[in-house]
Amino acid sequence: MSVTIKIPTPLRTLTAGADEVSVEASTIRAAIDALETQYPGIKDRICDEKGIRRFVNVFANEEDIRFLNSLDTELSDKDVVSIVPAIAGGSDPLR
Amino acid sequence: MHPSQDSEDFSQPGRRYTSVIHAVGNTPVVRLLPLERETDGSHIYLKLEYANPGGSVKDRAARQMVLDALADGRLRPGMTLIDSTSGNTGVAYAMIGAALGIPVALVMPANVSAPRQAIVRAYGAELILSDPMHGSDGAIEHCQDIVAAAPERYFYCDQYTNPSNPKAHWLSTGPEIHAQIGAELTHVVLGIGTSGTCMGTTRYLRQHLPRVRCLALQPSEALHGLEGLKHMASSLKPAIYDEGVPHQHIAVDTERGWDMADRIARETGLHVGHSSGANIEGAFQVAKAHPNARVLTIACDRGDRYFAPMRWERDYTW
Repeated sequence: MSVTIKIPTPLRTLTAGADEVSVEASTIRAAIDALETQYPGIKDRICDEKGIRRFVNVFANEEDIRFLNSLDTELSDKDVVSIVPAIAGGSDPLR
Repeated sequence: MHPSQDSEDFSQPGRRYTSVIHAVGNTPVVRLLPLERETDGSHIYLKLEYANPGGSVKDRAARQMVLDALADGRLRPGMTLIDSTSGNTGVAYAMIGAALGIPVALVMPANVSAPRQAIVRAYGAELILSDPMHGSDGAIEHCQDIVAAAPERYFYCDQYTNPSNPKAHWLSTGPEIHAQIGAELTHVVLGIGTSGTCMGTTRYLRQHLPRVRCLALQPSEALHGLEGLKHMASSLKPAIYDEGVPHQHIAVDTERGWDMADRIARETGLHVGHSSGANIEGAFQVAKAHPNARVLTIACDRGDRYFAPMRWERDYTW
């Protein structure tokens, strides 16, 4: 299924300036892997060996995936995944 | 040395002022003994900028920018002070505006924490939220649009271009460090956000303590979690920033800065914010690399400024 990933400004140098990228994926993990395939190097900016890096927030639609099933959070067709820097420890900007 | 054996005289009476704006500055310096033990005879000094009345180093710049603008007529009765800020400068503007009777409007990215937003509202400042996907640069652009639409209404303080920002540190932070550490100082490590602290302090120290080596510090990556610091290669460069002013530039990973902030809280009782953790990590690396170094850095703000509500608290009104 097709999902849209919203890319924050600091990572757009890796996506040739694109602020949104469409990928085929059914989980957050697969979506990030698909993003990495299109734009090599971007995954390390978002994830470390333990999962999503501590200062990065990833939202599936309007929900922080830390409160869902983290990287295994399932996605549906036309879902929107947002990568948001947690610059202040993270209030929910999409609420 | 154990901290309890410190021979410092603690009997000096408190200072008395007519306004909170005079209580800005003259912050203490504390040595980081647990880190020093891992060096070859180096001392690491942390200047506690969170002891400023607004809780951060930004009090200095905000006070100087407001006082200079009042003095030369850029800020006149009836005008509102406006600026974009990721937080601490906003708190400082809000505090100084309240103290001096000046209306304040602040543009912040919407992902600035709810408690931070609540602090500036507590001082009576107006809060304007910008797109979180565009970060602090998006807040700058949004603020410029607001000012362009009503230039007579606003004094655009613009901490990124305002020479009074580094001037504050030339006039206060630099001389204080000179007086507190003096000629034994070998290195200073200063994180760069607007670059005001680094530019003003470094210029002062290079002139008055020419043997001191001045290092500027920034996040190692464009996407980072060191709020208040800028990754210059991927950011709008502040007009007040001159990369030739420091002797050297160093970079710190977000995780190293966060971990150091946690460590310092537990081992020294100094609960500092993430950018301060990065500063201390940078100073620690310098102190380890140079035997008998005397390294100073600053604690920009306190860690409790970064507590954010957990999920079950989301609807709690701060």
